Amino acid sequence: MRKASKVFTVLVFCFLYLPMLVLAVASFNRGNDPVVFKGFTLSNYAALFRDSVLLPLLLNSVIVALISSLMATVLGTAATLGIQRMRPGLRRFTMALTNIPLTNPEIVTGVSLALLFAFVGQAMKLKSIMGFWTLLIAHVTFNLPYVILSVQPKLLQMDENLTEAALDLGCTPFRAFWKVTLPEILPGIISGILMSFAMSLDDFVISYFVYGPNFVTLPVEIYNYTKKPLHPKIYALFTLLFLAILVVMTVMNLLQARDSAKQRGSRLNRQRKRANIVSGGN
Amino acid sequence: MKRQLLSGPYLLWMAIFTIIPLVIVLYYAFTDSITGAFTLKNIASLGTYLPIFLRSVWLSLLSSVICLVVGYPVAWTIAQAKPNHQRFFYLLVMLPMCISFLLRTLAWVSLLEDTGIINQLLSRIGIGPLKLMRNSGAVILGMVYNYLPYMIMPLYTVIMKIDPRLVEAAQDLGCDSAQVFRKVTLPLSVPGIVSGVTMVFVPAVSTFYISQKLGGTGSTLIGDVIESQFKAAYNPNLGAALSLALMVLVLICVAVMNRFTGDDESVATL
Amino acid sequence: MSKELIRLANVSMAYDGEVVLNNINLYINDSEFLTLLGPSGCGKTTTLRIIGGFARPTSGDVLFDGVRINDVPPHKRQVNTVFQRYALFPHLDVYENIAFGLRIRKLEEEEIARRVGEMLRLVGMSGFEERKVDKLSGGQMQRIAIARALVNQPKVLLLDEPLGALDLRLRKDMQNELKRIQQQMGITFIYVTHDQEEALTMSDTIVVMDKGEIQQIGKPEDIYNEPKNAYVADFIGESNILDGIMIRDRLVEFFGRRFPCVDFGFETNEPVDVVIRPEDVDIVPADSGHLCGTVTNVTFKGVHYDIIVDFHGFKWLIQTTDFQPVGAQIGIRLNPEDIHIMKKSKYSGMFGDYSSYSAEYDEIGDAEMAEELEEEQE
Repeated sequence: MRKASKVFTVLVFCFLYLPMLVLAVASFNRGNDPVVFKGFTLSNYAALFRDSVLLPLLLNSVIVALISSLMATVLGTAATLGIQRMRPGLRRFTMALTNIPLTNPEIVTGVSLALLFAFVGQAMKLKSIMGFWTLLIAHVTFNLPYVILSVQPKLLQMDENLTEAALDLGCTPFRAFWKVTLPEILPGIISGILMSFAMSLDDFVISYFVYGPNFVTLPVEIYNYTKKPLHPKIYALFTLLFLAILVVMTVMNLLQARDSAKQRGSRLNRQRKRANIVSGGN
Repeated sequence: MKRQLLSGPYLLWMAIFTIIPLVIVLYYAFTDSITGAFTLKNIASLGTYLPIFLRSVWLSLLSSVICLVVGYPVAWTIAQAKPNHQRFFYLLVMLPMCISFLLRTLAWVSLLEDTGIINQLLSRIGIGPLKLMRNSGAVILGMVYNYLPYMIMPLYTVIMKIDPRLVEAAQDLGCDSAQVFRKVTLPLSVPGIVSGVTMVFVPAVSTFYISQKLGGTGSTLIGDVIESQFKAAYNPNLGAALSLALMVLVLICVAVMNRFTGDDESVATL
Repeated sequence: MSKELIRLANVSMAYDGEVVLNNINLYINDSEFLTLLGPSGCGKTTTLRIIGGFARPTSGDVLFDGVRINDVPPHKRQVNTVFQRYALFPHLDVYENIAFGLRIRKLEEEEIARRVGEMLRLVGMSGFEERKVDKLSGGQMQRIAIARALVNQPKVLLLDEPLGALDLRLRKDMQNELKRIQQQMGITFIYVTHDQEEALTMSDTIVVMDKGEIQQIGKPEDIYNEPKNAYVADFIGESNILDGIMIRDRLVEFFGRRFPCVDFGFETNEPVDVVIRPEDVDIVPADSGHLCGTVTNVTFKGVHYDIIVDFHGFKWLIQTTDFQPVGAQIGIRLNPEDIHIMKKSKYSGMFGDYSSYSAEYDEIGDAEMAEELEEEQE
């Protein structure tokens, strides 16, 4: 049973990584078609670094991802701090609002924003306002819920008394936030930033509906590209990206590992204390 | 101290960029594309697209079920591994999602084409080129491939949190391993199943890229139709009506799915 | 004579229309050890939070040294708090936790080092400076929390059930320790607990609270010996509470018999509550007692036996060192000073009847306490 499930798991991983393998191999291919391997070369990588179209597009993607994830993190973290103090009714409403972009199909979010921007464009008597700003707004919008969902658990986990203890020891409320609350919820904020950066960098569906010809991101360009055969330097680009993400995620994972080891420790303490109360009572 | 006010900018943002756009969708769905007058024409024409809606639901449901059947043993196996290994396997599940799904789908095209890698390998052992692409099977494959991690993650999270003492208690009370699974592990993983199925179903039912690349003429999905209303045919009013219908459909499905958990939902959040 | 330091005048508190504190009047002297005692939800923690500045009363005044401080925020008050579950900062080590308040006040590094060292010695934790706070035991965290508050040299230390999460033995040790620290520092301690034994052991003054109201304020001995109403009598120790009639000063009637007592100042024939502590009852042979009853239950408690005796259908709890078998007929004698008379109150008839006695009574209490703690920890 256990053995069979292990074998099965390995097969599923093969299935998940088969296309990545195809991409990686294609990046070293002398030919243009990934189907026909014409011999090993690094020239695709060299071409990538000389490229004047792909790299600026990647830069566009990174710029949007960076700014939108930072904006979403600031807005979202502030929102989370406020949500904690809301009356239950208002809090439920806010969380329902937060869930809308999460449950709505991406295409609906994209279409609805596209219509909004078209509407505003018409009102401003412009032909189209699609471009950097519309992309940025759309990305902030779909990043916000991820930030809230990753900061909120950290805030709930935090002992409310910690803030009060800081006030008690002479901090102003603002100072208490910097010295106590922020360090406590920092892991949540960091994972919120990383998650929304990754989501934003990779987003195609929503971007596709709100981008303008003056500002195109890489995924959108790949979609537009695929009518003609792709140049293998794109495969090279993504092989490099894959490695970069691997590094980022490993670091994130190590951080999380440290974090959860700490949590396990305190849980153990709590259990011990509880056991003491029970044995003390008898 | 009005810390609540910190949520103000966020609520404002969400009102402008989430609520108002949805209101505009509603407005477009009920107005004429040329005159701008109120009309039920767009909504009425939804009937024409019923078969496509049904196909979208059918294919994405099938994909969700396949993801569940494939993903559950994987999630279970990962949850049984040593904690450090668990983290590594989890990373391994997440990693593919970080590469543009467009490219991954294109890679499948390279694999499945008539002259693709699989058919080339098959021809070496004398099996003629098979038609692996441009059919519903390929669309399902694409969906399963793309969204399988979304199924494994919540399942793993839930299974990992099942108290091992419950399994021991069930064994102690006379369950064999199949009974333990049926009577303890499976019921306790329901919240994970629900959120996994939802997370696969919602993007699958609204996809347009997968069906464009892997599907044939007979496997057009509702996402394709919406996309073409905005990008090709340019009838945003019809597109809005279709989006509205898709949204309602998804909301109903999510509501039905959440019914399964009921009060157990709290288990998932614990 | 020590002077008054804090006064709560007509303080009321309501959350969303629900009254949590109802017209609290209380003054606290300099260098006093005062305990707010009551079950969970009685308003004791709210009272403490009002003094600490974490909650603002809906009405009434809080005075510190004669100055109204209702609107002074916590960080500007000369009080410090030891929080429930300690609230140590997990991202700082022991030294930095204690130094936190001093750094906020921008003291010299040398001064900080000196005072932190002094505090660590006071709480017996020298050598733990570099320790991570999540690597400490409950008792150690407790000591650090106390040191972190005291290092700021507050005039008043507020303690919110600080020993609640510790096991019984450690709790007893810490009780002595806290009392020693309070006497050594010579400052006011305001202590919140639901544990009556803790309150009796440590306090100079006990404030018994229930449902947002103060039931009685007094020295531990007075609270125990002269409870004001049935609630206090029942909450502090065990009590048999009977209906009686005050015939005249120093003479009370219950169970159809008249007993001489030491209380006076009631109206003639006023209905009253009569309290008889289980350890004050003398057991005598059945024929020579004031009252005669049947033993229905015996529980061995170590130092003594708890026996339940049925007097005409009303069951008493009596504590005795002599074993009495179930079914035995015994007599009891009551001396005038064993009888305590209380005015009737809204609590009359609610406490002090052991008819539904079960041997588990105190274990139920403990289980409730453990549950409460667990809830708090979730």
